[in-house]
Amino acid sequence: MDYIYSNSYLSITIFILLGIMLPVAAIEMVSPLISPKKPSKEKSVTYESGILPTGDARVQFNVRYYLFALLFVVFDVETVFLYPWAAAFERLSQYSVFVLIEMTIFIFMLIIGLAYAWKKKVLSW
Amino acid sequence: MADLLTRPFSWLNLLYISLAAVIMLGIVLFFVTYAIYFERKVIGWIQIRYGPNRVGPKGLLQTVADVFKLLIKEDIIPEKADKALFRIGPMLAYLPAFAVIAVIPYSEKIQFADVNVGILYYAALSSITITGILLGGWASNNKYAIMGGMRSVAQMISYEVPLIMSFLGIVIMTGSLNLIDIVEAQKDSTWFIFPQIIGFITFLIAGNAELNRTPFDLPEAENELVAGYFVEYSGFRFAFYYLTEYVYVFAMASLMTVLFLGGWDAPFGLDFIPGIIWFILKFMLLVFYLFWVRATFPRVKTNQLMGFAWKVLIPVALFNVLLTAVLKILNVY
Repeated sequence: MDYIYSNSYLSITIFILLGIMLPVAAIEMVSPLISPKKPSKEKSVTYESGILPTGDARVQFNVRYYLFALLFVVFDVETVFLYPWAAAFERLSQYSVFVLIEMTIFIFMLIIGLAYAWKKKVLSW
Repeated sequence: MADLLTRPFSWLNLLYISLAAVIMLGIVLFFVTYAIYFERKVIGWIQIRYGPNRVGPKGLLQTVADVFKLLIKEDIIPEKADKALFRIGPMLAYLPAFAVIAVIPYSEKIQFADVNVGILYYAALSSITITGILLGGWASNNKYAIMGGMRSVAQMISYEVPLIMSFLGIVIMTGSLNLIDIVEAQKDSTWFIFPQIIGFITFLIAGNAELNRTPFDLPEAENELVAGYFVEYSGFRFAFYYLTEYVYVFAMASLMTVLFLGGWDAPFGLDFIPGIIWFILKFMLLVFYLFWVRATFPRVKTNQLMGFAWKVLIPVALFNVLLTAVLKILNVY
């Protein structure tokens, strides 16, 4: 039974390697052998509904996307903290009420942040 | 298969494990081929038309033909695109989609990895795909692509939070992040769909949004963004973005089966039917559900989409976590 740990990660490594090898082999090795190659100037123009593209696509973007990204970071980190808490909850059963109150306070603080963002109309598009 | 994991390291064992992984790759590719066919057929039935029925008997070779067609298409990289990132995009999107399949236990015998952070591994890896999508959208240097990419990222990060939170109830109930332990726990009690019904519904909605499927397919809304982040992609690069989507259907449906529907556990004491059959049945039901939703729901609007994740799903998921913890203290579970 001692080998389960190392073998599991071995197997995961093989899956990751396969995940890299399949697209590399298919796109960079097999596809160029079969697919035609007739480049022309018109083909390599960026698509924009059939007209010549105007300006650059990398423009300034709506700030709302960044606000969502910021909120995401906050809540993703919260989830990272929630995971070990949830996994250990059963083992902490002597203190479970205390542990629960602590986590409720933590969640409540983040809910205040969410409510603030809600009130500031960050969440409505 | 599972006993391969208990053996000491040897090159022969490594070969067997690699062989098993390659077979799994074959199964996944087979699934994707026929999931696309099945999806088109299901949507055809629902819309009272035939669906694919020309290539091969009953149209069974339609997807195979489509893949071959993509293989012989010219691979065009736009002049203005960032060439290196343009190439990396689809690979980076596909890699985690396949890698997450390693931790899912399919039956008592068919397990590729027994890791004690299974759920965390799934959650961590699956979010790398977002980077692949954003890279593809940004590197294309195309207005539709970058808009689709941005929308995709905003949507996927928003729905990822409730998605990951919806597992927490189960983690509290079992005290383990290991997917095999979770299935064993469901064998002893009930399937977690009943005590964790709130988590299950959150997962169904957030999972659908995470897959960028209708009704949450705004990133690739055909009638406004052409195709979203992969407009500039052609040939096999495009195929890998498409493949990623369906490999995630496989991964998501498997994960839902394992977490909420008891994995390979047989209901009503029907133990004489092998576990893998039960797994496939539950899995197919969930896959059918995804296709069914796609055929019947209209696309939501952007303002409904983002608001729903933050104002409804996240509070509900957090409430579910606290509720589960309270019920755990009261010894209901």
